Amino acid sequence: MIGVLVLIGALLSLISAIGVIRLPDVYTRLHASTKAATLGVMCILLALFLFFGLVDGYVSARILLAILFVFATAPVGGHLISRAAHNTGVSLWESSTQDDLRKKKTKKDLS
Amino acid sequence: MFHMLINISAAIIALSILITLYRVITGPSAPDRVVALDMIGINLISLAAVMSLILNTTAFLEVILLLAILAFIGTVGFSKFIEKGVVIERKRD
Repeated sequence: MIGVLVLIGALLSLISAIGVIRLPDVYTRLHASTKAATLGVMCILLALFLFFGLVDGYVSARILLAILFVFATAPVGGHLISRAAHNTGVSLWESSTQDDLRKKKTKKDLS
Repeated sequence: MFHMLINISAAIIALSILITLYRVITGPSAPDRVVALDMIGINLISLAAVMSLILNTTAFLEVILLLAILAFIGTVGFSKFIEKGVVIERKRD
C-alpha cells in the first residue's frame, strides 16, 4: 500500500511535467505545475511518514511539518510568479478570450 | 515488490525532472523558467524522500524540510525581482 502511494505520487509528478511541456502559455503551465506536483510530493511524503511510522515505529514530526509547509507555500509561490508575469506583460494564449485583470488595471489608469 | 515499486518511482521522478529541464532551457520568458525551476525543486524534495525510502534511513528528513524552505524563498525572490527590479527595497527617508 505504501509502495502504491509512492507510485501515485511519482505518476502525478510525471503528469505535471508533461503538462509543463505541452501547455501553451505561462498561466496554464502554472496551473499544471503548482497543483499536480504539490499533490504528488504530498503523497510521497505521506508514504514516507507511514513507512517510518508503521515499519520502524518512528513517528517523525519533521515529515508532517514538511507536508504542512509544502501545502501552505506552493500555491503562494504560484500566485506570486503569475502576478509578476501578468504585471510584466507576458501575453496570454491567443485563443483565450477574457482578461479581467487587464481590464481592471486599464480602467484604474483612465480614472 | 515494494523495492521494485520504489525503484520505478525514483526513475519516474528523475524522468519528470529531465522533462522539466527542457522547459527551463527553451522557456520563452523569464517566468516560464522560474515556474520550471520551482517545479524541479518540488520534484527534488520527492526524490530525496524516495531515496530515504530506498536507503531505509531517517537521516535525510532535514534535507526535505530545507529543500522546501529554499525552493519557496527562491521563488519569492525571483518573482519580486521580475516584478519590481529589486529583491530588497530600500527604506524611504
